[in-house]
Amino acid sequence: MNLTLNDEQTMLKNGAHEFFKERMPVKALRELRDKDVADGFDRALWAEMAALGWAGILIPEQFGGADFGYKGMGQVMEEAGRSLAASPLVASAALAAPLLLKAGSDAHKQALLPALANGEVLLALAHDEAPRHAPTRIATRVEQGAQGLVLNGCKTFVVDGHVADHFIVVARSSGERDARDGLTLLLVDAEAPGVSVTRTRMVDNRNAALVSFTDVVIGADALLGKVGEAHGALTAALDGARALLAAEMLGNACEAFERTLAYLKLRKQFGAVIGSFQALKHRAAHMFCELELTRSAVLGALDALDNGHADSAALCSLAKAKACDTLELVSAEAVQMHGGIGMTDAEEIGFFLKRARVAQQWLGDASFHRDRYASLMGF
Amino acid sequence: MSALEQFRAETRAWLDANCPASMRTPMPEDERVWGGRNARFKNPDSKLWLERMVARGWTVPGWPKAYGGGGLSRDELQVLKEEMSRMGCRSPLFSFGISMLGPVLLKYGTEEQKLEHLPKIARGETRWCQGYSEPGAGSDLAALATRAEDQGDHYLVNGQKIWTSYANYADWIFCLVRTDTSTKQGGISFLLFDMTSPGVETRPITLISGASVFCETFLTNVRVPKGNLVGRLNGGWEIAKELLQHERGMISDIGKSIGGIVPDVDVMAKKYLADADGRIGDPVLRDAVARHVMDDRAFSLTMRRAAQESEAGTANGGVSSMFKLFGTEQNKRKFELILKCAGTHALGWEGAPFSEEELTLCRTWLRSKGNSIEGGTSEIQLNVIAKRVLGLPD
Ligand SMILES: Cc1cc2nc3c(=O)[nH]c(=O)nc-3n(C[C@H](O)[C@H](O)[C@H](O)COP(=O)(O)OP(=O)(O)OC[C@H]3O[C@@H](n4cnc5c(N)ncnc54)[C@H](O)[C@@H]3O)c2cc1C
Repeated sequence: MNLTLNDEQTMLKNGAHEFFKERMPVKALRELRDKDVADGFDRALWAEMAALGWAGILIPEQFGGADFGYKGMGQVMEEAGRSLAASPLVASAALAAPLLLKAGSDAHKQALLPALANGEVLLALAHDEAPRHAPTRIATRVEQGAQGLVLNGCKTFVVDGHVADHFIVVARSSGERDARDGLTLLLVDAEAPGVSVTRTRMVDNRNAALVSFTDVVIGADALLGKVGEAHGALTAALDGARALLAAEMLGNACEAFERTLAYLKLRKQFGAVIGSFQALKHRAAHMFCELELTRSAVLGALDALDNGHADSAALCSLAKAKACDTLELVSAEAVQMHGGIGMTDAEEIGFFLKRARVAQQWLGDASFHRDRYASLMGF
Repeated sequence: MSALEQFRAETRAWLDANCPASMRTPMPEDERVWGGRNARFKNPDSKLWLERMVARGWTVPGWPKAYGGGGLSRDELQVLKEEMSRMGCRSPLFSFGISMLGPVLLKYGTEEQKLEHLPKIARGETRWCQGYSEPGAGSDLAALATRAEDQGDHYLVNGQKIWTSYANYADWIFCLVRTDTSTKQGGISFLLFDMTSPGVETRPITLISGASVFCETFLTNVRVPKGNLVGRLNGGWEIAKELLQHERGMISDIGKSIGGIVPDVDVMAKKYLADADGRIGDPVLRDAVARHVMDDRAFSLTMRRAAQESEAGTANGGVSSMFKLFGTEQNKRKFELILKCAGTHALGWEGAPFSEEELTLCRTWLRSKGNSIEGGTSEIQLNVIAKRVLGLPD
């Protein structure tokens, strides 16, 4: 297992660092919020990101992608996390596109992957139905009707669902509510009759959607993979996105930590910089250790994904769980150590806290992943 | 086949032919081989195993051959480590000479000192102890007061050391002494001397675990030849600190090996708590066990990454403090968690109805408490990280 970056990955990371710092700083997120931009992100900047190849990092070259692997994509995600850059990078490029690649037919791939790779088309996964991530807790049903398959159900927290051109919908074709078997993936046009999309504004100033399907008629060409057998491809795609989201969260945590460290060296009370107080020093040192462990877990998962490691499911859960715990700690401590200033909207540190909690919930929080890890390890 | 693959194949074959079967089983604490003049081999295989490894220079495989080492490259060392762990081979020899003194002697020692001491360490002939702490100088180690006075051809050493691990078994001591009282760190020197010198007296101290691993060491008019000074006069602090880095690496590793025969948390939790299907029924303990084994995994990935980064020359400093801190705290959590899973079965002191494993578990739990004290406490590691890595001011 290689836990370092090669030269190309380092270059990609450095390039992403500059890009996000210059073009998409936290200030840009604030502007999107204050101007109430309906898309929740800047399409021109997304086009720039796509031109840099980032929308297609996980897409093979034959379909117009860069095929640069999870570790490469993880570097872009980490840097995006540092500046809280709002874009469809996770929802579309890191989650839905790889799922299409894993589950779709050649026709699906030829039809959509090139446009996903160049950023023109956005895809969102319509999956969760409950307030907490529960991948098999699916009540949305797809059934045989008079004119073919018919889809009915309601999805919550469909990240970037308000801007998606298509959804990949996880529906139940058979089985009880929590059964692994009987899940089916459907590619549904966002404009199709019976599809209703409501933008939901989240605390992190980013957007998700409530998406409902009422008697949506599904053509046979909309099936991704076999009826009732979605679980494998879905889990694999979720795992990839979990590791990448963990990389974003690592970037968020590192930036929040570094800003806090800078403040500890600046702010004076009792005639001394507050960073000289041991109560704060020890907490900072503890956070440093947790960040180091998190970085290793994230790199371990990304490397495992690129190399088809037999244990990658466990490593992805490890990465996401560690990122959740560490970011929860760091984002809360960051506000606390800034004192009153940390509570103000004018100071940016609060933005890190808000994004943190949304990212923690997305694709499973720490207790979800500990439970999963325990099951994978047989206890 | 690349040279490294060739080396791997040869190593595997050699280990297979030479490592006795009983040396491929988990090691009980009392079979650990420390070497020295009074070396004891409870299991005769361990003597054989030591001799074979010594002949190859593989008790210290990374040291130069001239000093009894194996002269292996970094890559070869890694291969040897992997192959030994794959076969479950025990380390043939444990000693403070290997893990602490050797590395600094290689760097600061004179050629004569190296030739005198290193081969004996490599062969397990001299057992060393560490004379750092004193009654008034623990975390604030540089406050040490043991004096060494210049008497022309020798130093005269007077003072008291404490917590000197295995001083009662050791042949030699590496000892911090004060050679200048006008400054603190700048008045410390690093001396080596024989524990049989007149004026050296040791008194064992019993630990909460019932074992006695350390001593009070009294030094009264001990004559130490001048040639036994390592590095410059009053230049001992730099050496002392560097040695501590090696010690911290060892303690975070040894955390695992002192548990020796106590299995991992998940194995123990299953043993005491699993339902018929192997699942840990208690959801709170199950979550705690998962957290623990996941942190273990993240920690071992971090050690691996640090090794890869140091090879690539991109390492960041401060890792030895981080490893010491996390490794020892994690080891303490391990035993606390196993205790919770095993309930009163892990709290027996001796005799029936407790199994050997349960009795060891209880003693090892108590011993683990010292991990975050010895070699610099956890609080001191946090101070070091805050200062050296994060640049926070005093
Ligand atoms: C099992 C074991 C083996 C040992 N073996 C050896 C050996 O072979 N040779 C040797 O020389 N020594 C040895 N030691 C001694 C060990 O290095 C010291 O115990 C250790 O450095 C702490 O010193 P102290 O015991 O005087 O505690 P103190 O320094 O008195 O510490 C008491 C408490 O105060 C805290 N504290 C102290 N200073 C600070 C600070 N600046 N900031 C925050 N908290 C602080 C400590 O963290 C600790 O919690 C051993 C100890 C143990 C437990």
